[in-house]
Amino acid sequence: MSIRFSFGGDEHIFAEVSEEMSLEAFFTSLSMTNAVKQAGIRGVTEICPANASFQVKYDPDQIKPADLLRELQSMEGAASKSDATLKTRIMEIPVYYQDPWTHETLMRFRERHQDPKATDLEYAAAVNGLGSVEDFVQAHSSQPWFVSMVGFVAGLPFLYQMVERKRQLQVPKYLRPRTDTPKLTIGHGGCFSCIYSVRGAGGYQMFGVTPMPIYDPNQQVSYLQEEMCLFRPGDIVKWKPINRDQYDADIEAVNENKFLPTIREASFSLTEFNKDIDATNAKLMEVLHGR
Amino acid sequence: MAVKILTPGLSTTVQDLGRPGYYHLGIPISGGMDRFALRAANMLVGNDEGAAVLEAVFMGPEIEFTTAATVAVTGGDLPPKVNGDERATWEAFPVKAGDKLSFGFLKSGARAYIAVSGGIDVPLKLGSRSTYTLGALGGHDGRALKAGDRLPLGQGGSGKGSVPANLRRGPGNPAELRMLPGLYWHRVTAEAGKQFFADTWKVAPEADRIGYRFKGGKALDFVPRTPPFGAGSDPSNIVDACYPYGSVQVPSGTEPIVLHRDAVSGGGYMMLGTIISADMDLIGQLQPHSPARFVEVTLDQALTARHDRQAAIARVRAHLQR
Repeated sequence: MSIRFSFGGDEHIFAEVSEEMSLEAFFTSLSMTNAVKQAGIRGVTEICPANASFQVKYDPDQIKPADLLRELQSMEGAASKSDATLKTRIMEIPVYYQDPWTHETLMRFRERHQDPKATDLEYAAAVNGLGSVEDFVQAHSSQPWFVSMVGFVAGLPFLYQMVERKRQLQVPKYLRPRTDTPKLTIGHGGCFSCIYSVRGAGGYQMFGVTPMPIYDPNQQVSYLQEEMCLFRPGDIVKWKPINRDQYDADIEAVNENKFLPTIREASFSLTEFNKDIDATNAKLMEVLHGR
Repeated sequence: MAVKILTPGLSTTVQDLGRPGYYHLGIPISGGMDRFALRAANMLVGNDEGAAVLEAVFMGPEIEFTTAATVAVTGGDLPPKVNGDERATWEAFPVKAGDKLSFGFLKSGARAYIAVSGGIDVPLKLGSRSTYTLGALGGHDGRALKAGDRLPLGQGGSGKGSVPANLRRGPGNPAELRMLPGLYWHRVTAEAGKQFFADTWKVAPEADRIGYRFKGGKALDFVPRTPPFGAGSDPSNIVDACYPYGSVQVPSGTEPIVLHRDAVSGGGYMMLGTIISADMDLIGQLQPHSPARFVEVTLDQALTARHDRQAAIARVRAHLQR
């Protein structure tokens, strides 16, 4: 694939690896941004990888836009040929699906939804041809997801489902964005799931909440003391459905700062994944569960 | 050595020149929306140009000083008063311990910058004192100020003088916001692109530090396509991507939104292009319902405008150092 570059005003270069989402496009974006980081180009102030694109912010008083563009273009060949393997992490995120808080919120914004008579989960199950909400939750939580972007707001991960394209869950966003979304809502729009790191506006369908903090500006949470934001592009996530009792127990642990997420080192190879998705995911589950 | 907030105004936050380097995590640069005015306010009171100040929107706070200091108010025309007596904007004035600073009604612009000698000395968070309210990060407890807040001041320099009207910078009427087309410009028809620049828009009520929405122009016509996998079915949808500061996204093709200092770092709407860095300050001074036009420029014109703005800052600096 050939990268499409465009100037975003006088301070950004925007690069679209592919119009459509794929893990290949994500890996090219990641190796490009890693290469830009390593090159230590004078004047570059922000390097942001995204799902199938990336962006570099720079100071045009230090480097001419045309010179930076040429440098980025010269890295393209190496990035698309690079071996798509990652040393990364797999983590388990508890999810209380069909919780009362997202339910209360989605009822408030029914007039902005495609199907005002159904809940977001009922609608998502129907548009994906699944018989029931339980079937949808099973499809959502049985296979791992790949963090293909961090952003929108502080620490919010975009997650891409690690299954064949024809099995990927796709749900349109709300017709008009809501002005409110509970903190730590599990959302879904297009082919991406996300975790809303903070309370605020949002257009993704709402499926549940996690008790597990993923962003802490005060850096008090035990596993967020070094980095405010938990997620990095390339992380792998497995949802773990929990019930109200488990949710309450987890919240209590979070409040006492005793909650410990399950996070394990893992490696991921795109070639192996494409060869045998089920086997790759099964291996990742073994790593997650320490077997 | 502090200021006490007696009443907070509508939304007053601590801001400096921002927090670069964390946009890849979704943490935006933040900082004063009108950085020209923020720098000038600091120069007037003898601070470093990037010291933390108060940014007040539409309405001023009431502040009590616990120490003598020099104060300057720049940006929108929000007349300051010391113990009820009016002072000039864009001019340094002294206050004594116990003095109260309040404000009259906003006459023009949208945001005032209140600099105090020594600077607002809240703790640095990721290298900046700026408030990012959406992420509850920085400033005073990560939020807009409330009555009863007490903000420490740094060790002060002192300043004097004023910035005459011909050295100030603000938006015209209608505001002309220069934009470099690009990003997903190819998604709209040539006719729609022409119309976008021809229309006069109005600032919508949804205008804040994250972004400014505009309305009143014609809806965009898109070039037909088969939606790419993962993008979504609306013609304005893209696979969620990074958003440049100043980028102009048009959800559903109807109301353009210009992302500002507290920008969301990415999302799934196509962008027509990017407002050039030189004109970002001007957006921060636009009130809802004020008219604005988008003006097409080239990258070379954007760079010339950038240098013109830097020269305007240098003229204020030179004037005050005389």
